[in-house]
Amino acid sequence: MSRTQHSGEGRIDGSSTGTTRESDAAAGDPVDPDGPLLQVRDLRTEFRTESGRVVATNEVSFDLDRGETMGLVGESGAGKSVTARSIMRLIDSPGEITGGRVVFDGEDLLAMTEREMRGVRGNRIALVPQDPMTALNPVLSVGEQIVETITHHQGKGRKEAREQAIEAMREVGIPDAADRIDDYPHEFSGGMRQRVLIAIGLSCQPDLIIADEPTTALDVTTQAKILDLLNDLQEERGMAVLMITHNLGVVAQTCDTVGVMYAGNLVETAPLDDLFERPNHPYTRGLIDSIPQTERTYDELPTMDGSMPDLLDLPEGCNFAPRCPHATEACRTGGDPDLEDIPGTDARAACIRTDEIDLSESTADPVDGTGRDAVDRSGEPLFEVENLKKHFSAGEGLLDSLSISWDGGPSIDRRSVKAVDGISFDVYPGETVGLVGESGCGKSTVARTALRLLEPTDGEVYFDGEPLHELGSTEVRSLRREMQMVFQDPGSSLNPRKTVGRIVGRAMERHDIATGEEKRERVRELLERVGLSADAATKYPHEFSGGQQQRVAIAHALAVEPRLIVCDEPVSALDVSVQAQILNLLNEIQAEYGLAYLFISHNIGVVRHICDRLAVMYLGKAVEFGTVEDVFSPPFHPYTESLLSAVPHPDPTRETDRILLEGTVPSPVDPPSGCPFQTRCPRKIGDRCETEVPELEAVGDDGHVVSCHLSVEEMSQRESFVATEENPAASD
Amino acid sequence: MSGESSDYTDSANRYRPSDAQIERLGRFSRRFRRNTKAMIGLLLVLGLVFVAAFAPLIAPYQIDTTNIEDRSEAPSLEHPFGTDDLGRDVFSRVVMGSRISLYVGFGSIVGALFVGTVVGLVAGYYGGMVDEVLMRLMDAAMSFPPILLALTVMVVLGPNLNNVVLALAFVYTPYIARVGRSATLSERNEAYVESAVSRGETDSQIIFSEVLPNTMAPLLVQASLNIAFAILSEASLSFLGLGAQPPTPSWGLMINSGRGFMESAPWMILAPGIAIAITVIGFNLLGDGLRDVLDPKVDAIE
Repeated sequence: MSRTQHSGEGRIDGSSTGTTRESDAAAGDPVDPDGPLLQVRDLRTEFRTESGRVVATNEVSFDLDRGETMGLVGESGAGKSVTARSIMRLIDSPGEITGGRVVFDGEDLLAMTEREMRGVRGNRIALVPQDPMTALNPVLSVGEQIVETITHHQGKGRKEAREQAIEAMREVGIPDAADRIDDYPHEFSGGMRQRVLIAIGLSCQPDLIIADEPTTALDVTTQAKILDLLNDLQEERGMAVLMITHNLGVVAQTCDTVGVMYAGNLVETAPLDDLFERPNHPYTRGLIDSIPQTERTYDELPTMDGSMPDLLDLPEGCNFAPRCPHATEACRTGGDPDLEDIPGTDARAACIRTDEIDLSESTADPVDGTGRDAVDRSGEPLFEVENLKKHFSAGEGLLDSLSISWDGGPSIDRRSVKAVDGISFDVYPGETVGLVGESGCGKSTVARTALRLLEPTDGEVYFDGEPLHELGSTEVRSLRREMQMVFQDPGSSLNPRKTVGRIVGRAMERHDIATGEEKRERVRELLERVGLSADAATKYPHEFSGGQQQRVAIAHALAVEPRLIVCDEPVSALDVSVQAQILNLLNEIQAEYGLAYLFISHNIGVVRHICDRLAVMYLGKAVEFGTVEDVFSPPFHPYTESLLSAVPHPDPTRETDRILLEGTVPSPVDPPSGCPFQTRCPRKIGDRCETEVPELEAVGDDGHVVSCHLSVEEMSQRESFVATEENPAASD
Repeated sequence: MSGESSDYTDSANRYRPSDAQIERLGRFSRRFRRNTKAMIGLLLVLGLVFVAAFAPLIAPYQIDTTNIEDRSEAPSLEHPFGTDDLGRDVFSRVVMGSRISLYVGFGSIVGALFVGTVVGLVAGYYGGMVDEVLMRLMDAAMSFPPILLALTVMVVLGPNLNNVVLALAFVYTPYIARVGRSATLSERNEAYVESAVSRGETDSQIIFSEVLPNTMAPLLVQASLNIAFAILSEASLSFLGLGAQPPTPSWGLMINSGRGFMESAPWMILAPGIAIAITVIGFNLLGDGLRDVLDPKVDAIE
């Protein structure tokens, strides 16, 4: 049997799917230490559903070398998680692996007995799962969970295993490992929990780590640290990593090779730089283009039409053909293309037209647009929030929220979670104001409190001059017509037991805008306006994709003809290629109806293209507020600066000096003295930061305010992250 | 864009199920049909309903026709379940007794559903003091053994069949309320409730129009399981002499009357006893099956 072909750096196996297998290394051959660690051949996993069999992984083949990091990218539903779990044989009924081979270090994992597999899982191949909240057992201490893995696989005694566990925790950067080994998962922050998961994965020195969306559930700044950690660990130990993610930015920062999946098929593999410089599959090109770049200005964000097909209803021919700008008749009828080598490169692509089309240029308009129109701020603001505060009592019930302190004598204080601790901003008609910050900063709470969905603890809110905070509940209810909200998770914001038509129509009925036939007519119009067909009115929410559900939510918000719409992370739960579609829709509607938006997001990159002004929040306070240009170029507040630097850019050639913040976000029950950011600030000047709370002070005359003790000159000398005429971007 | 199928009312504004709703029903019945437990349960329950509906036609004899000469006769062709100590045909009495069991079973559960659902949903939605007060009331009711509680109510109201229904409705309300409350607790934090608030809906509109439809599933399951208990309770109450009075052919009463004849005429106890058993099994299977069908872990593709 001949050896696999190795071709240069990438070492992607040259054989294609469906053809002869003589060139593959067979299980049972002597293990070649230079050969690939993992060889996946024609892996096929199917699921039985009520409506038929679904092929989640369709004849996927790729190689992974020792010490190599491979990224597996794709949108939700593409089959990346299923593929990874199939490699570890973690697929249970109603799914099953129906074909292919997974040769790991010379042995076919699919041919092993379950007992043998148990010796491989956790020991030689480790999985770092996605959600650190649910992947750890809440009733066992983290030490126990790490020790469990060690004693099970390595047969060591408990004492020795515990030592090893402490060492593992130290290696992943958990401070005070020896003290914290007996703590429970809920006593750690999200980033720390993810580190524990990584520690568990590493504890038996595996040869391969499969990381399933390891940073998706984390904030941008924490994500930056975890990615760095993974990079370091991998270099030190020479492990191979299979990284599953939908975020091309993460891939650009960590991977050596990339595989792109679409609707169950692996449609492209390539070394990292090659992939970004000259993708070979139109879907990859589309993915790269869908990510708006922070430095550019767009009139309309670049999008890909349509969305991933339902696996139950795949198109004839190439799965991507319906959305592909280069599709021909042959593409639409021929069946799924095979993954084939691209001659002259180390890449493979599943496209019949690769030799004809050149995808090295972005399809997005190279000329910068004019961006957003200037907002007329001559009149009165539509929505004003002054010194808004919202405190929740910490703990459940009466007694838990009290805490006893012993300064000189016992005194009882009421503990409270200061979710929002004094924030002020205003929104003018036709304007979009953004609230940006990481999880726990209070931005969602601000939105809800400002709309009086939660009762404010203090502060004032004015809608069109009306003091919202003082109105009675009936008056508030009738004022609701003017202020609507679009929620983060479209799946749960629509009542699953009602048809779309009833959901959208209900709002009209409630405020006596229209009834009967006129109402139905309007509902149909609205649905068409947001890009759905009129007959969507008779369908239930679960019959739609995430992006379509969000369109329904927008139609529902528009139904009452509001003047202000609060968008609470409206695109965070959606796929990358769909996000831009929804954002463009929001912009169009704003221009057409003259709406004002309050846009909440943790994704500072997205916010740049949507907002006119934005506030950066940290621990319940705004640390910076101003127009987008003022805030971004350059970022004045140290937190803004670190937020911007932490965003992983989908450009492997770009070196950003990522600012990694020490520690974690302090608890809002016990905020730090002085400036809330002083415990982590890389630019802390000294004692002043710890004792004195900085006020929001004006810098420049455009209403730009920052709360920091640094002088204006120091702050304005930062490197800019967005290119403007005066401030070329940092990477230039 | 047709006017017909585009909404749930047609041009004359009568209720007309939309295509999506029909499809939803179809999916439900498909899953139901595939669940053996549910099907067997349904069969048994439908059998019971059939028998109860056509009881006068099925029963060959009157329930109170006594015939002292033929008393305590073993089962035969003429009397498939034999006769009791007064010569009455046990088969006819069992068949007619099905009406009583059904009446009590459904009646008490419907009553419990009405009151329990309102209590549970209101308690779950408002939380705080309202929740505490309502749930303590429910706790108080639950702390008495069900039969004892029913007994107490019966003593106050007087022993007859209608009061049995009332008493049992009272007894089972807390169980329904609990289920309703826990279902509401998990629904009230969903975004669609917040969406309704932001639309300006009043509380009662939200509770009954938005939340209630999503809590139906566990409520129905609980209710169908409770019917079995209710029927058993009626039998116990009648057995104790506080429910149906003779000569009403309540199954429990029949067992009571047949007590003394266990050795000489066991069919007097066996027939109504087996009838109770089959009924209870049927409703239990149906309830279990419904729970499987309505609450399945849908086949998820990662």
